[in-house]
Amino acid sequence: MNSISRMAIALATALLAFPAAAALNVFACEPEWGALAQELGGDKLSVYSATAALQDPHHIEARPSLIARIRNADLVICSGSELEVGWLPLLLTQSGNDRIQPGSPGFIEASQFVVKLEIPKVIDRALGDIHPGGNPHIHLDPRNIAKVGDVLTARLAEIDHANSGFYQQRADAFGKRWQAAIERWQQQAAPLKGVAVVVYHKDMSYFINWAGMREVGSLEPKPGIPPTPTHLAELVDRMKRNPAKVVVYSPYNNPRAAQFLSEQARIALAPLPFTVGGSDKAKDLFGLFDDTIERLLKTAK
Amino acid sequence: MLRKLWCAAALAAAVLPARAQESDAAKLREELQQLKQQLQKMERRLQETEAKSGKAEESAARAETTVTQAAAQASSRPQTESALNPGISAILNGVYSNLSRDPKSYRINGFVPTMGDVAPPRRGLSLGESELGFTSNVDHLFRGTLIASISPDNDSIGVEEGYIQTLGLSHGFTVKAGRFFSAVGYQNQIHAHAWDFTDAPLANKVFLGNQLNEDGIQLKWVAPTSLYWDLGAEFGSGRAFPGGPAGGVNKNGFGSTNLFTHVGGDIGASTSWLAGLSHLRTAPQDRTFDDLDGTGTLVTNSFTGTSRLWVVDGVLKWSPNGNSTYNSFKLQGEYFRRTEDGVLTYDTQAASLGPTSGSVSSRQSGWYLQGVYQFLPAWRFGYRYDQLDSGSFSLGGALTAANFPTLGSYNPSRNTVMVDWSPSEFSRVRLQYARDYSRQGQPDNQVFLQYIVSLGAHGAHKF
Repeated sequence: MNSISRMAIALATALLAFPAAAALNVFACEPEWGALAQELGGDKLSVYSATAALQDPHHIEARPSLIARIRNADLVICSGSELEVGWLPLLLTQSGNDRIQPGSPGFIEASQFVVKLEIPKVIDRALGDIHPGGNPHIHLDPRNIAKVGDVLTARLAEIDHANSGFYQQRADAFGKRWQAAIERWQQQAAPLKGVAVVVYHKDMSYFINWAGMREVGSLEPKPGIPPTPTHLAELVDRMKRNPAKVVVYSPYNNPRAAQFLSEQARIALAPLPFTVGGSDKAKDLFGLFDDTIERLLKTAK
Repeated sequence: MLRKLWCAAALAAAVLPARAQESDAAKLREELQQLKQQLQKMERRLQETEAKSGKAEESAARAETTVTQAAAQASSRPQTESALNPGISAILNGVYSNLSRDPKSYRINGFVPTMGDVAPPRRGLSLGESELGFTSNVDHLFRGTLIASISPDNDSIGVEEGYIQTLGLSHGFTVKAGRFFSAVGYQNQIHAHAWDFTDAPLANKVFLGNQLNEDGIQLKWVAPTSLYWDLGAEFGSGRAFPGGPAGGVNKNGFGSTNLFTHVGGDIGASTSWLAGLSHLRTAPQDRTFDDLDGTGTLVTNSFTGTSRLWVVDGVLKWSPNGNSTYNSFKLQGEYFRRTEDGVLTYDTQAASLGPTSGSVSSRQSGWYLQGVYQFLPAWRFGYRYDQLDSGSFSLGGALTAANFPTLGSYNPSRNTVMVDWSPSEFSRVRLQYARDYSRQGQPDNQVFLQYIVSLGAHGAHKF
C-alpha cells in the first residue's frame, strides 16, 4: 500500500470516528463536572472534558477540537460565572447546535445553583480579573457537588427520558455515598479549622470556607495577575511577622512563587490537586477531596 | 383662561413627579419587604435542615453568613433596564512610528494598488482606529454583533462588522448575515487589535486590501466528526477589493463568492492545529486605482473582469500541556495565489496621454510565515517573513508596460521582529521593527511602538 492511500485511510477513519452513537454526549468545561457526570450517568454517557487539571480554565483556546466536540454534545456543563468567558461563548456560537445553547435543558451553568462566595462589591478591572457574579471555583465545597449533582440528574432525565429511572437510581446511590463521605471529611478536616493559609489564586475559597480555614494572603497580587517580586517580598515580610501555616497551589500554577514563599517564610508547602486528575490519588471526586484533606492535614500538624 | 390653564399645567408638573417619587419609594419599600421575607424564609429553611442533621450549634453562625451572602446575591442582581444591555467593549490603540521613508509615498511595487489604505501610519505619534463593539443574544434564535471603527483623522465612523448570527439551527449549521470579515484565509477574520504584529502581512495588503469585510451572507456547516471539519460559502456584494467598484456591483445578484473549508484538531495535550483552503471569486466592474504613469503624471486606471483568489492557510499552537499561562508558541502561515483576466483602461480621466483600453491577464502570488513565542507570562517575541511574487502580468491591445511603470516585475519582501508585553489580558504594549522592501530599490526601516487596550466586556478570541 502506498503512503498516499494509507494517509487517505487514516484521514477517513479520523473523520468517521463518531463518538459512540448510542450514548449521550456530555461536554464538560472542567474535569470535576466530567467526573460528576460520569458518576451519575455511567455507561449511558460519553463524557468529554474540555480542560485538564494542568490547564488554567480561565485561559483556554477555542480550539477546533472543542468546536467539533460541542457540535455533537447533548449536554454542556460548565462552572459559569464568567470563568469560561474567554472561550465558551465562541464555542457555543460556532457549534451550530441548538440543544446546548444557554436557556435550553442541555446547558448547565453550575455556579447558578449554589451560594457563591466573594461577590465583589466594587467592580473595576484595576482590581484584577474579577468575576462580577462571584468566585466561580465552586466545586471544592463538597456540598456544592451534591447540589449540582441534583440539577444534572434532573437534566439527564429530561434529555434522555428513556433512561430517567437509571439516572435516578445512580443519583440516589451516589448521593448516599457522597453524604457519607462528607460526614467523614468533616471529621477528618476538623483539625484544619482556623488554620491560616496562603493561596496562589483565589481558586480554593470554597474549600477554605467549608473547612473553616483562614485565607491570609494570595501569591497573585490581584486575581489573574501573576506574582510579582515586590508583592512576594511584601508577603514574605508579612509572613515573618504573622506566619501562615501553609501555602497551597494548584497543578496549573507555576510552583516557583509558592516554593519561594515557603522557603523564605519557612511555612509548609502543599500542592493540591484542585480538580479530578490533579494528582495520582484524585482519580475521581472522592479521591479529590480525600487527597486534598490528606495533603493539608500533613502540613497542619 | 389661558393663565388658568398654565397654572394647572404648572401645578400638575410640580405634583406629578412627587407622586411618581412617592410611588417609586413605595415600590422600593415593597421590594425590600419582599426581600426581607425571602431571606427570613431562607433562614428558617436553613435552620430546619441544619437542625434535622443534628448540627444545630453551627447553624446560627452558618445561617448568618448564608443570609448575608444571599442578600448580597439578591442585591447584586441588576433590576434596571440596563441589565439587558448588550456587552459593550472599546478598543483603544495608539502608535509612535519612526519610518525612514515617507509613508505617503508607500507603494507595493509589482501589484495593483488596492482600494483600502495599506500604508503605514504617519510618522510620529498617532492615534489608531478606535473600535466600539456591541454584542448580545438578540433572542433565542439570533446573536447580534456591531463593531464600529472610529477613525481619528477624518472624524468618521465606519462599520467594521455588523452582523447577525443564528443560534437556533442544529446539525452544525450556522448562518451569518450583514457585514463581516470574510473567511478567506486565516488572518483576514481576526480583528486588528488581536494581530500578533502591528500591521497586516504584505500578502493581505495586496490581495485583500489589508482586510476584506464583505456585505453578504455566510453559510457554514461543521461536520459531525471528532476531527474538526467545516465547509462554508459566502455570497457578497463585492463592495471592496478585490471586488469593486467601492460599495458593490450594481446588480441584483452577488458581486463575490467565497468557498472555504477548514480541518483542525489536537496533537496530544500540548498542540492544536487548523488548516484551511478558501477560494474567493469576484467580478470587479470598473475597479479603479490611481497610479503614476510613464510620464510621472497621476492617472486613474480601471479594471473590469474576473478575479480569482486561492488561499491556503495553517496555524499551529503549542503550549506545555495546553496551559498557555506561562509559555506558548504560535506558528502561522498563508499562501495566496490570484489570477485576474479582463479589460484594463489606462487614464480614464484623460489626465495624461488619454484613455486607452486593452486586455489584461495576471498570475500573482505571495506568502508569509510568522512565529510568536511567549517566553514569560507577560512577554512574547515574534518574527515574520513576507514574500510576494509579481508573477506574470501581460497586457494586450494598445496598452503598453510603459503606461504602468509601478506594475513592472518585482518581488517585494519584508522581515519583521516584535516584542510585546501584556501586563493583563486587557492591555498590550508592543515594539516592532521591520525592514520593508515593498518599494523597488528603496528599503524602508520601520519602527513602531504601540499600545492596545480593551475596555468593557471580555471578548472571546477565535483560535
